[in-house]
Formats: sequence, structure tokens, C-alpha cells
Amino acid sequence: MHPVFITIIKRLGLGVLTLLVVSAIIFSSVTMLPGDFGEAVLGQAATEETVAAFREELGLDKPAVVRYFEWAGAVLKGDLGTSFSGRSASGSDRSRSVAEMIGPRLKNTLFLAGVTAIIAVPLAILLGLSAALFRNSWYDRTVNATTLTTISMPEFFVAYVLILFFSSLWNVFPSLATVDPSMPLGERLNRIALPAITLTLVIVAHMMRMTRAAIINLLASPYIEMARLKGASRTEIILKHALPNAWAPIATVIAFNLAYLVVGVVVVEVVFVYPGIGQLMVDSVSSRDIPVVQACALIFAGTYIILNLVADIIGIVTNPRLLHPR
Amino acid sequence: MSEPTEELSTYTAAAEVGAVRVRRGRFERWWLALKKAPLSAWFGMIVIAAYVFVAVFAPWLAPYGEAEIFRTPFAPWDETHRFGTDQIGRDILTRLIYGARNTMGIALVTTLLSFLIGGGLGLVAAINRSWLDQLLSRSVDVLMAIPSLIFALMLLSIFKPSVLSLIFIIAVLDSTRVFRLTRSVAINVVVMDYVEAAKLRGERLGWIMRHEILPNIMPPLVAEFGLRFSFVFLTIAALSFLGVGIQPPTADWGSMVRDNASMIQFAQYDFKAGITPLLPAAAIGLLTVAVNFVVDWFLHKTSGLRDEH
Repeated sequence: MHPVFITIIKRLGLGVLTLLVVSAIIFSSVTMLPGDFGEAVLGQAATEETVAAFREELGLDKPAVVRYFEWAGAVLKGDLGTSFSGRSASGSDRSRSVAEMIGPRLKNTLFLAGVTAIIAVPLAILLGLSAALFRNSWYDRTVNATTLTTISMPEFFVAYVLILFFSSLWNVFPSLATVDPSMPLGERLNRIALPAITLTLVIVAHMMRMTRAAIINLLASPYIEMARLKGASRTEIILKHALPNAWAPIATVIAFNLAYLVVGVVVVEVVFVYPGIGQLMVDSVSSRDIPVVQACALIFAGTYIILNLVADIIGIVTNPRLLHPR
Repeated sequence: MSEPTEELSTYTAAAEVGAVRVRRGRFERWWLALKKAPLSAWFGMIVIAAYVFVAVFAPWLAPYGEAEIFRTPFAPWDETHRFGTDQIGRDILTRLIYGARNTMGIALVTTLLSFLIGGGLGLVAAINRSWLDQLLSRSVDVLMAIPSLIFALMLLSIFKPSVLSLIFIIAVLDSTRVFRLTRSVAINVVVMDYVEAAKLRGERLGWIMRHEILPNIMPPLVAEFGLRFSFVFLTIAALSFLGVGIQPPTADWGSMVRDNASMIQFAQYDFKAGITPLLPAAAIGLLTVAVNFVVDWFLHKTSGLRDEH
């Protein structure tokens, strides 16, 4: 078997193992809850029977290992449990299933992240390439200084500055990104313009700097020097000699930054009151709705791990040294 | 060094070689390094110094008390309230000044704690290199596989949000990064002959860590401290902004942005009132930029580690 396959299989195995351990950590958060938890959810007036019934529903009478496998099995089938909210002391239960709460919101979040990625990835690569091409020129310096500043700013600052200028002072985009599935696509795009621009600014800054660094790193290698000595033009060197070898680091950079997008989306959704799972998670943390928090954490962590895994595998597959071992 | 003009008559080669060379004092060396610092680093240092000054002398600088409530909420900018008042009538300038103390103080304590945990364990792992190293490194790998903001949010839903739990949670999550860096730089130092010699002399583990290894890995750790501080600072600000971090009535920049965010809608009628919620956010951003500038310069100076980034 080709040695690359072995490396990839090893990395895949490691990824699955990480997912398992992470899911176990997320699950065990329920076990760490303080004892009076039932009353906290059901209210002070809860009778002993309702609390006992609630504890039984959570399965707190079974050993933790058994509960973990039951939970993991249910998650694999798409059953994420039921929310804590909507329960009352009298024992009546109007709680909704977590999967039902998350489903439409997950679609919204993916829509926002997708639109951002479609704008951000080509823009960042173009900026990174041109900055590397005109290295140390005023253009490079301006782009660099701008991106360093954007990286240092908290996401909500960027978001509110955009609201101030594009919504409050000059009303071109709505400041509240409320969307629902019945809206036509154009209307939805208009609504999410500001959150998408905010995320784009943050992501492009990271991605562009990493692309630039990757290209400049390559430009220091001897074969580029050779191309320069034989008289190739700058554009030719970048496009014909550097870029083919740069795809691997660039692909890694893209996957890495899409993983970063997962985290950035939480704050931005809250700023623009966008109905995605980031906002749902923050709301559930405030109301201590543990099953929803767990499900959201699992989705975020899973996406993050898988994207990092993809980045690593792209890095392995496109590495010529691994593809043609001596 | 001897002055040739005065001592020309009595000059001997032996005297010059024998003369004690005056070493530059610590402050003299610092001053020399500072004089060569670029503009951006100077800007960063001045901003940081100003922030520290405000944080330390907050009670004397602030015109009112931290949680003092006045009659008019959302008051406009005027002489009595330089930046107006917030949604329940607290003076914004006062809260900004106290916020410097609280937000920076909490971030500093958190970073110190995370360096204590991460740095200590990193050194132990680098010296030990056995099952303990494996155990620590693998647990850090797993912890780092979960985005830290998400992990922090999850933990905050279990432990009640308070300053102590906030500091502890973020310190532990952030110590994973410190652990990795400390371990990777310390591993190269641990194999040196002088560490071996110290071991053979019979020095204890703690002594070797402090006297032989730590001084040699200081520069990257100091730079990392600056970066981690700004990261922790941004994380705490983000959590407070989301309403699960520092809780009222403690003045804090992140929650100030959240509380006053609605004022931004009035920017077209009263521009000053409109930018009020941006003030604490800008304060956060300015400090992070300043720290980044100083760290950039420091890294360039000590190693050239980040020459091309």
C-alpha cells in the first residue's frame, strides 16, 4: 500500500478518536452538575415526585458509562434529547426536542457561513498573492497594517462600526438580520449583508496574512532563485513556479480559517440577532438549558475537528515529499 | 575601556588588558534598546502605560462612583457627564475608567494563572519525557480540539458565572497553548550539558527548572505572555459581551458595549450618543493593537522568530 494511505488512515483514526473523547467530555458535563439541579430547572415549588421523575428521565439512576453510550447512540440517530425549558414544577411538560430547535437554526448558520466563505476565500487569496507579489511596497504595507488592525479588534467592535455607518448613518443595510425561510433569496442576502461583511473582514485578515506568509516562504527556496536568475518575470515566478507548490499551504489555511469562522459566528449572530445556533447556544448558556448547550457544543466542536482533519489530509495529499518517498 | 588621550604617556598593553571593563547597567541597556525601537512599538508602550495608569488610579480619576446611578438614563454628552450616562443612568466615563481596572485586572490574573499552570506542566513534561509527558500532551491535544470560546460557554453553563469561575475556566483552557509552547522550547534546553551537570550535582527538579531552564526560555515566553494576554482579554470581553462573563454591577467594557448597543440607532440624530457604545469597544481594540505592536517588536529584537509574517 502507498505510504500516503497509511498516513491518511492514521490521521483519520486519530480524528475519530478525538471526536469520541470530545463527545465524552461534552457529555460528562451533565454529571458535573450540582445535586439540586432538578429543582433549579423545575422551580422552587417542584414536588419530590416531579424531581425524581425528571432525574429518572435524565437517567441519573444509571451508571455514567451506560448513559454515555445511550446518549452517543441517540445522537448518531439524530436524537439530541429534549430541552430543559418549558418544564414546570407541576410536572407538565411543554419542552421541545433539541433536534427540532436546532434544525432550522443550523441551516441559517450554514447559510451565513457559506455566503461568507464564498466572498472571503477568493478575496483573501487574491489579496495575499498580490501582497506577496508587491512585497514591501506601499500596497503591501497598507494591506498588512489594515489586516493587523482588523485581527486585533474584537468582532463586535467591527460589527457595531459597520452598523453605525451602513445602517444608522447611511441606511443601506438593515441592522437586524432577522430571516425566515419564506423570504426570497435576494431579501435574505440583503438581511445578512452586515453580518457577512463583518465575518468576511475578520476571516480575510487572517487568511490573507497566512497566504502571504506561505508564498513568501516559498519565494525563499532555491528553485525560485533559479527561475529569477534565468530571467523569468515576477508574475511568471509567482504564477508558474510558486503557486503550484503553494496550493497545499493555502488549502490548509482556508480549512483552518473556516474552522475559525465557527467560533466567530457566535458573537456576530448575537450582535445582529441572527437566528442561528450561535445565538441559541448563548441563550441556552444564560438559561442553563444543558441539553441544548451540549448539542450546540457538539455541533461546533465536531465541525471544528472535521475541518482541521480535512486541512491536515489536504496537507498530506498535496505534499510531494510524502507522495514520492525515496 | 581606557581613554587613550589621558593615559597615552603611561600606556601599557598589560594595563589595558588588565583594566576592568565597565558593564552597562541594566537600565542603560534597556534605554539603548528602547531608543532603537520603531514608532509602532513606542506607540504601543505609551498606550499600555496610559492604560495601566488609568487602571491603578481609577478611584482618583473617575468623577463618580463605579455603580452610582443618576436620574437621567441615556443622558447626552455634557459637562456633568462627559460621555453621557448608560441605560440605568450610570456615568459612562466613570464606568470606562473602572472598566480599565476590572477588565485588565481580570485578564492579567487569568493570564498569570494560565502561565503558572501551562508553564509549570510544560517544564515538567519537557524534563520528564515519560508517561507523564504523553498523558499531558494527549490531554492538551484533546482540549485544543474544541474551540475555546465554545468550551468556555459550555463550562459557564455548568458553573455559575462569577469572576472566579471565569478566571479559572479561561486560565485552564488557555494554559493548553502555554503548555505546548513551553514544552517545545524547553525540550531543546533540557538536553544541554549544563542541565545534565546540574542533575549530576544532585539539584532538585524545582531548582533546575528555575535556575537552569527558565532563564533560557524566557524571551519566547515573554512574547507569548503578551499574545496570550490580548487573547484572554478579547475572550473575556467577548464572553461579557455575550452576557455570561463579568456580571453587573462590576463595570466592564464587554458588557458596557452590550448594554448600550441600542444607542447606535440614534447616531443620525445625535452622533455623539450614537458612538457611545463604541467607546468601550474601541478601548478594547486599542489595547490589543498596542500589545500586538510591542510583542511584534520584542520578537523581532530577541529572535527574529516572526520575520516574515
